Amino acid sequence: MSDKADIQRRPVNRALPVLLGPAYLWLAVTVFLPLSAMVYFSFLSETPIGGREAVWTLSNYGEFFDKAFYRTLMWRSFRLGAEVTLLCFLFGFPCAYVLAKMVKGRWREALFLLVILPFWSNALVRIFSWTMVLRGNGVLERLVNVFLPDVGSLNLMFTYPAILIGLVHSYLPYMILTCYISIQAIDDDLIEAARSMGAGRFTVFRRILLPLALPGIMAGSILTFVPVIGSFMEPRLLGGRNGTFIGTVIEDQFTAVFNWPLGAALSFIMLGFVLIVLLLAAPMIRRAST
Amino acid sequence: MKRPTRYLTTLSKVYLGVILLFLYVPIVVMAVMSFNASPLYALPLELTLDWYRALASNHKLIDAGINSLKLAVMTTVIASLLGTAAALAFFRYEFPGKRLLQILLYPPIAIPWLIIGTSMLIFFFWIGIGRGLHAMLLGHVALALPYVVIVVSARLAGFDRTLEEAARSLGASPLQVLRYVTLPYLLPGVVAAGLFAFAVSFDQFVVSYFLAVPGVSTLPVEIYTAIRKGFTPEVNAIATLVISVSMVLLLAVARLYKFGGTR
Repeated sequence: MSDKADIQRRPVNRALPVLLGPAYLWLAVTVFLPLSAMVYFSFLSETPIGGREAVWTLSNYGEFFDKAFYRTLMWRSFRLGAEVTLLCFLFGFPCAYVLAKMVKGRWREALFLLVILPFWSNALVRIFSWTMVLRGNGVLERLVNVFLPDVGSLNLMFTYPAILIGLVHSYLPYMILTCYISIQAIDDDLIEAARSMGAGRFTVFRRILLPLALPGIMAGSILTFVPVIGSFMEPRLLGGRNGTFIGTVIEDQFTAVFNWPLGAALSFIMLGFVLIVLLLAAPMIRRAST
Repeated sequence: MKRPTRYLTTLSKVYLGVILLFLYVPIVVMAVMSFNASPLYALPLELTLDWYRALASNHKLIDAGINSLKLAVMTTVIASLLGTAAALAFFRYEFPGKRLLQILLYPPIAIPWLIIGTSMLIFFFWIGIGRGLHAMLLGHVALALPYVVIVVSARLAGFDRTLEEAARSLGASPLQVLRYVTLPYLLPGVVAAGLFAFAVSFDQFVVSYFLAVPGVSTLPVEIYTAIRKGFTPEVNAIATLVISVSMVLLLAVARLYKFGGTR
């Protein structure tokens, strides 16, 4: 609740349920009730559909802690998330800086649009487009062979690097967008002042740019890290047999194995780990938002 | 005043160029290959429209395309209406629980779609809604709604409330104020939000994937199935069309709603 006294308080009237009711009823039926149902299912011994009897159990959660297989996969997914996030930051931050501070006027508007245009376009199609580039005897291999005829086959398709490339391609515009917004808000005079007092480029970066752009960096990192942990389509298409992650195993439980309770439990364990990472990052997020 | 050296300016331009190449080359390659006669993507390029012609007689893909468009249009209408109403309520009224309701908009955005999609599958199956187009519509609207509320709220933030009060004091009824003062101001925001909603639905793969039934699916789901079965340039053709639609839409959004801000 807001405690600002200057906000004119109108009496809560009949318009409120009419305006808010439909939206939140919709969200309740499609998001909040389903998530609750998923919690319930994660404690069942069987999928209670088709007359099968299910009893309460903790074994779905136990499965995760018993079997090294799931732990390894969770670890793999977290490593993937961390690596994609780091790469997006390393490539995206300089790009955001150049856009925000070194390009001016119309050019900036046009270039900015070009950078974030792929961001909302079809994710699946963009991953598919990489198969054209990475496949054996594909565009990348031919290009490399023109310049370096000795390299021969690159064998990139269906490897871990292929998944990395595809995911960085998917989430880079996100990182550039959030970093751009916070870099743009930094006053040029601040940088000029530091420079005129003798600060080197690196000092300016470390003492001014990085701290002031932290909100954007954190937002971009979270928006990249969380969906990458839950990705399954990208590893399947670009990773082939090397593309097994916690996301693909969860998907299997729902579409191939039909062990919904196990899938539900794994989903919540994954969410739990994501939450732990966010909590660990919380001091930084808090610093970023003040 | 120190200005960036020439050398640095050139370097930064080159860097931007490399990033843009990375973002666009795969898409361009895919589009070019859809005009290539060889089904094995052999080079040199031999131009043909055969794959687009083949699309015209591929009923599966056409049906999926029609489903995608229907869903996107319905999602746009429903999400824009419900979302704008909610944004107005948040703008106009102070009430207990307001903050909580605003926070509740974030789970659909922040929780991985894999979990949102599978939980919908569980719940819809369980209570008898089942899968199919109606289930996908329920899901798409839920994903688009929070974005609509956020975009419309952003537009409302710049609204001068004294305008409404002036209209009231001149004798306009609350409905007249809404019709002649608030809504005209809101229109660009609502249109941008609507286009956003359309894009969210049209490009949605994960949630549709879990809620599709064989025979009733959307373009992204059909494209995914085709890729996994082993693809032909026909897939490139439809993928090129899909990405063209979303890019044109986003350019339209960008014209209405300045992403970069002006400074």
